[in-house]
Amino acid sequence: MSVISLNHVAMEFPSLEGIGSVRALDDVNLEFHENEFVVALGASGCGKTTLLNVIAGFLSPTSGEILNKGLPVAGPGRDRGVVFQKHALLPWLNVVENTEFGLKLQGVASDERRARARANLSLVGLSDFERYPIYQLSGGMQQRVGLARALTCDPDMLLMDEPLGALDAFTRENMQELILDVWRKTQKVVFFITHSVEEALFMATRLIVMSPRPGRITHQYELSFCDRFFETGDARSVKSSSEFIKMREEILSIIYGEEVGEQPP
Amino acid sequence: MNLNPFSKRAPTVVDQYGAPGQGSSTAISAITIVIILGGWWLVTHLELIRPLFLPSPELVIAKFNKIACTEYYFEKLLVAVGARAEVEAPCHGFSEHTLHEHIIWSLYRVFTSFFLAVITAIPIGVAMGMSRMARGVFDPPIEFYRPIPPLAYLPLTIIWFGIGESGKLFLIFLACFAPIAINARAGVRSVSIEQIHAAYSMGASRQQVIWQVVIKAALPEILTGMRVAIAFGWTTLVAAEMVAAKAGIGVMVLNAARFLATDIVFLGIVVIGAVAFVFDLLMRKIEKALVPWKGKV
Repeated sequence: MSVISLNHVAMEFPSLEGIGSVRALDDVNLEFHENEFVVALGASGCGKTTLLNVIAGFLSPTSGEILNKGLPVAGPGRDRGVVFQKHALLPWLNVVENTEFGLKLQGVASDERRARARANLSLVGLSDFERYPIYQLSGGMQQRVGLARALTCDPDMLLMDEPLGALDAFTRENMQELILDVWRKTQKVVFFITHSVEEALFMATRLIVMSPRPGRITHQYELSFCDRFFETGDARSVKSSSEFIKMREEILSIIYGEEVGEQPP
Repeated sequence: MNLNPFSKRAPTVVDQYGAPGQGSSTAISAITIVIILGGWWLVTHLELIRPLFLPSPELVIAKFNKIACTEYYFEKLLVAVGARAEVEAPCHGFSEHTLHEHIIWSLYRVFTSFFLAVITAIPIGVAMGMSRMARGVFDPPIEFYRPIPPLAYLPLTIIWFGIGESGKLFLIFLACFAPIAINARAGVRSVSIEQIHAAYSMGASRQQVIWQVVIKAALPEILTGMRVAIAFGWTTLVAAEMVAAKAGIGVMVLNAARFLATDIVFLGIVVIGAVAFVFDLLMRKIEKALVPWKGKV
């Protein structure tokens, strides 16, 4: 069953010169199914963040429609949780208060929301940091709070806009495993944006490759490298396997191929 | 602490190579203050400048004791504990008020106006940041009056409010209002869009976003505005008290100048400076307590 579906979604922005417009998204059709981990990959300017913002409801598409279980989406809502590139936590609240913030907005009683926030904090391995102010945490920890916060609202879908983009390589790999782990435990639909080919291949159950001017989906792949990680628990061996490398080269040649064949605007 | 200001660096500070202005300046500031006070003492005692132009520090301190009725209150204290039969020292103050009465009057004026400015300017500034309508309405009048020196519209406040308290309060209120409103507006505009988006995607209503995200995120700049405003309020105080005020530090200075009582003028200036300094220190403490995340995010 599809959770969210996009039908012929297009998004245009007025161009800088004021004449005409830039097509950031062109006829995007996409369905998200139960328990899928969809990763969007593409060079900057291919419209992947625009696509996420449209799904989140921060932008309304120029044409086309977005349906959540058959009902049109108008604006942001707590059925779609967002994890941002910059953590976007609230510095006047500590870790657990940030995590329970969504439930507080909904008027959930403080005992219950505290309990649910704690459960999600332990899921991302931050149980010992409940009382910490968020500005004393490292970048990776802040992103984990962001993830726990999104989970606490219990959305149908998690939207992640390059959540690991600002982290160092080691933290990044740990976070990839943590996010996969959380995904497996919570069974959420995930839409994850990245510009790292390796990250995309490792995490996705479905990979969509996007291409710029106009932003569109050019390729889709069903992948299972994350299942292999769950079986073996060894991310390095998955990432260094010959199939993984072969796939990585294929994707890279798609992305570079476009850049070589591109005409100056 | 390294008290030698001429050593190249303070050993307690971890230096960054090439970082501008590194090291502690406390010791140097202390020396500057000592030199200024010492120079003042020296030129007055060598009688290089007549007391009419520059009264000696002792003279100013003596005036302080006289106007503040130090002796009178000390004797009163002795009477209260039973060490003395009755108070003999006179207490005249200056301009029919003691120093603390002057200070209280000035504090009352500045803080009443400041309080009124805070409760009006914060909502208006936040509204200007949040809504096109409010910005369109309030921007022209605020931007128009803001750069005008309060002395220029002082006559207008007299015509409108007369020479009573309300005109004085209004003048200081105007001085405090603009910086708070403008900073509150800037604070709202500085809220990161991700924080707002995050709140909306967790099901927040517009009201909740305003109260639980925007105002809190704007708090550091609102407090900065309040700090600037209280300083403006003090600056405007003397202008406000020029008009038929009976008591107040500004009145004291103006009356003293009329009688060429330079020592009292000095005293008044020092008191105004000291009170402003204490309040700024207080605001910084409040800032630290209310917005500990400032500059760390």
